[in-house]
Amino acid sequence: MTTAWKANGSQAELGTQVTFLEAIRQAMYEEMERDPAVVLIGEDIGVYGGAFKTSEGLLERFGWERVIDTPISESAIVGAACGMSYLGLRPIAEMQFIDFIVCAFNQITNFVAKGHYLWNAPAPIVIRGPSGGGVHGGPFHSANPEMYFVHTPGLKVIYPSTPYDAKGLLKAAVRDNNPVLFFEHKFLYRRIKEELPTEDYTVPIGKAVVRREGKHLTIISYAAMMHTSLEAAAELEREGIHAEVIDLRTLLPLDEETILASLRKTNKCLVVHEDTKTGGIAGEIAAILCEGAFGDLDGPLMRVTALDTPVPYAPSLEEYFLPNKEKVLHAARTLAKY
Amino acid sequence: MKKALTRQQYLDLYYFMRLNRAVEDTMVKLFRQNKIVGGLYSSLGQEAVSVGTAYALEKKDWLAPMIRNIGALLVKGVPPRDVFMQHMAKYDSPTKGKDGTSHFGDLENLHIVSPISMLGDLIPVMTGVAIAGRYLGQKIVAMTWIGDGGSSTGVFHEGMNFAAVQQAPFVLVLENNQWAYSTPVKRQVPLENLADRAKAYGIPSYVVDGNDVVAVYTTAKEAVDRARNGEGPILIEVKTFRRLGHAQHDPAEYVPKEMRAYWEARDPIALYEKFLSAEKLLDANNKKQIDEKIETLLSAERDFAENSPLPPAEFAAQGVYCTGDDCHKVAPKWERPIAEVTPPKSRVPAVWTVKGFGSGKASGGGSAPIHFGDTEKHEEQSKDTEVPEAVAETIRPPAQPRPVKSKSAKATPKKSAKPAVVSGKSSARKARR
Repeated sequence: MTTAWKANGSQAELGTQVTFLEAIRQAMYEEMERDPAVVLIGEDIGVYGGAFKTSEGLLERFGWERVIDTPISESAIVGAACGMSYLGLRPIAEMQFIDFIVCAFNQITNFVAKGHYLWNAPAPIVIRGPSGGGVHGGPFHSANPEMYFVHTPGLKVIYPSTPYDAKGLLKAAVRDNNPVLFFEHKFLYRRIKEELPTEDYTVPIGKAVVRREGKHLTIISYAAMMHTSLEAAAELEREGIHAEVIDLRTLLPLDEETILASLRKTNKCLVVHEDTKTGGIAGEIAAILCEGAFGDLDGPLMRVTALDTPVPYAPSLEEYFLPNKEKVLHAARTLAKY
Repeated sequence: MKKALTRQQYLDLYYFMRLNRAVEDTMVKLFRQNKIVGGLYSSLGQEAVSVGTAYALEKKDWLAPMIRNIGALLVKGVPPRDVFMQHMAKYDSPTKGKDGTSHFGDLENLHIVSPISMLGDLIPVMTGVAIAGRYLGQKIVAMTWIGDGGSSTGVFHEGMNFAAVQQAPFVLVLENNQWAYSTPVKRQVPLENLADRAKAYGIPSYVVDGNDVVAVYTTAKEAVDRARNGEGPILIEVKTFRRLGHAQHDPAEYVPKEMRAYWEARDPIALYEKFLSAEKLLDANNKKQIDEKIETLLSAERDFAENSPLPPAEFAAQGVYCTGDDCHKVAPKWERPIAEVTPPKSRVPAVWTVKGFGSGKASGGGSAPIHFGDTEKHEEQSKDTEVPEAVAETIRPPAQPRPVKSKSAKATPKKSAKPAVVSGKSSARKARR
């Protein structure tokens, strides 16, 4: 089967809106066109085009040597990607579901992450894959394991929320000389669309963005919960509460400057994330605010997160487990009263 | 008798084994003077393995040592001072004091990948090195070592399997020194020959006497040549013995006395000196020259190492991330036309092809969809004669498992059809698949 790709490797006409998924695919396609050092490695990414079809058409375009289907061996995928990077290649390794990244935990945290610090060996690899819940994937296909890795010096961790950012950040990740973990919230894959620039662009790693200006409180979020937070902010606006909404985009390194600047303006902070509560990024943000802007705080840092449980399967259980707009509204109204 | 190696090669092997031992002897002294910061792991009695295998590599090839492969590093070109300074945590060491032992590498010049303490992880990493080298057209071979203990890790399997399906130019030296810390090999692996593991990956293997440096070298050379020629990964099991404990702190009282006595009598350097004398390659005068050369070198290297400072404390906070091109310029060295791997030349149909499908023979004699590999279709006219070997493999009743011999803990290399056993005076035989 041959797919008719457009000049930029896109299935979409130029100037039309593309999905989050298509943005990821375009980023990989364009980077592979730009630089023959970029190769893909992962399970079922070649002939099948990836479990979510993120690499569809790339084998046809770039051949077997650059799109490498592997056995079910996450440690070998990451290890081999690391070895390839030592010879100057820039592999993009796919975890079929990001849940499986922990099978390669040792390779990532001990081998890949420590190389530059210990023996001056950069490992320019990207490890990407679909993450997150809300699609009833059950406890092993819905994880948000980003914080295991945010706790690992030497890695960069990206978790975008829009097609534009996904494409620009993935390109930036490929060009970065450090190992980058790239989380793609699968709930967003086909649900959101955006028109993308026709020219090459990147989005800087380590920079948060203010998605909505406000003065009464700051909501900090990322990935799918970004959209939940924006919906909540729109509703709060009707109640006269003007919430500023920050999209972290990169979790490591964290953009402390943007967080602190917003807090100094609104004096109140609510963190919303889909990750579980204990050890989530909200705790880190609380510490940053206490260290850097304690005097500016007019209320407690509040957080809306998933429960401290595995991700349950039944829709009723998963909906209870996940944060949602109502939970964000409740927390924001409480915080606004301080 | 025509000699297999040149005189220079014979003497190089000798020099590097002697240097390996002398470097480690020096470090024992440093350790006893409390000048070594962490642990010290000995390869006493295993020098022939490190030196013989690494000597088979070319300059452009890549290696990744294990903790007991200082000899391999010396052969590849690492100066002894780097080994000393690593152990002493000095600022001039390759890791500038951030890690110790043989945990260091050199991507630019020597093509060495640093090991980590978790065993087996180097196997997929070096597989990746091998694949990348092939992709770039560099015709390199990647080599790493794993102990009998490390061969039980999951990542060993993942890495070997992936190397095998990729037919990566990769040589794994399985250094069976009989002990994983205090646990004997028989308590780790229910196999007489760990090389048998190669069968699971459909790759060739060798078993070689690890205390016979010429046998080790000629076997490794053959394996490296085969890997370079595109025959895929190869596993070499070298049977040797860890003469000291896991590290300096360990008196290794768990090792049976007769086992230790057996291997001490087979010291690889002593055996090799006997061989070299018999072959008139080394006399007392040569030996004295080598003694002096090593002594002079190590005395200077040791002085340099001892005079190097410890790293400044604030250095701990630096270097976690590569800051970009000013820090490292990451660029591959292409040795093939880039056009071959870029469109339109790289275009392929995204389909799986199955050449030999239906070419297998069922037990009743009819054609059966047994074989799914890329073999030629079974020819009709050969129906009554021979079944193609690859097909026959799949329909032949499984061979009886070999009886496990357990009467002796010492592993004297024995001859056997598969894998090829190389022992005695270096007659490397080709392994059969």
